[in-house]
Amino acid sequence: MDLASLIFWIIAVVLVAAALVVVGQRNIVHSALALVVVFAMASGIFLLLNAEFIAIVQILIYAGAVTILILFALMLTRIAGQRVTNPNARPLAMAVALVVSALVGLGIIFAATVSQFAQSAPAAQLLQGTVCSLPSNNVIAIGQLLYSPSCYSYVLPFEIATVVLLVAIVGAIVISREEE
Amino acid sequence: MGLTLTHFVVLGAVLFCIGLYGALTKRNAIAILMSIEIMLNAVNITLIAFSFFNHVKPYSNLLTGQIFAIFIITVAAAEAALALAMIIAIYRKRQTVDVGEIDMLKW
Repeated sequence: MDLASLIFWIIAVVLVAAALVVVGQRNIVHSALALVVVFAMASGIFLLLNAEFIAIVQILIYAGAVTILILFALMLTRIAGQRVTNPNARPLAMAVALVVSALVGLGIIFAATVSQFAQSAPAAQLLQGTVCSLPSNNVIAIGQLLYSPSCYSYVLPFEIATVVLLVAIVGAIVISREEE
Repeated sequence: MGLTLTHFVVLGAVLFCIGLYGALTKRNAIAILMSIEIMLNAVNITLIAFSFFNHVKPYSNLLTGQIFAIFIITVAAAEAALALAMIIAIYRKRQTVDVGEIDMLKW
């Protein structure tokens, strides 16, 4: 077993275990802390796949911002005197949910491994616009793919994403504002 | 035995259905949001794995999976901010975050 496989298996086991803790833990603060481990391990998977920029962004946005946001929401919505704020549903409903999610997971795994669609499909020749030669540095390549005005790039989706973020900020302020 | 695309896709699928189970069973709205974040991370792992194992020549340079993952992270951050603002606003009005009790829109 080579080094990459070893790292993959360690990260994968910790990742799945932490995700199970997030889902299974009754105390929601423990769930939120296990969520940090999930995000950090996913960042390790991204590093393994040569996606350095997304690994850093994952740490910054998910492990930093989203988890802090969730912890703040937990503090602001804690009901006094209630230790377990994360009650589980009825056993029958849990069994149904288990069966449904197991079926979805088995379907995905079947489609990805043994079905005929798992064989590689021929590539379509649909690429439009000039493709610049991208550098091998992942961060520089992603910057060029996001911003470049002359080559094949994602400038327009990027601008739309900025508008989405602006609307989300304004909307969050408007929704959570105290009414006089 | 080296790593193949299947390893990462199966890991993403396992993570996705753990998140799906959490989103289906949890009663606390914040816990449901956390499960949805796990599902989004599973999709990101799958997309970046597809980007890494793509060797078709003009496309493999374009890192399309990674760009998609960046947009998913953007939208997920916006979604988390909005959803938590809504949860806090609902808590202020109704004193609960239990999704079973928030049924104003039920017919």
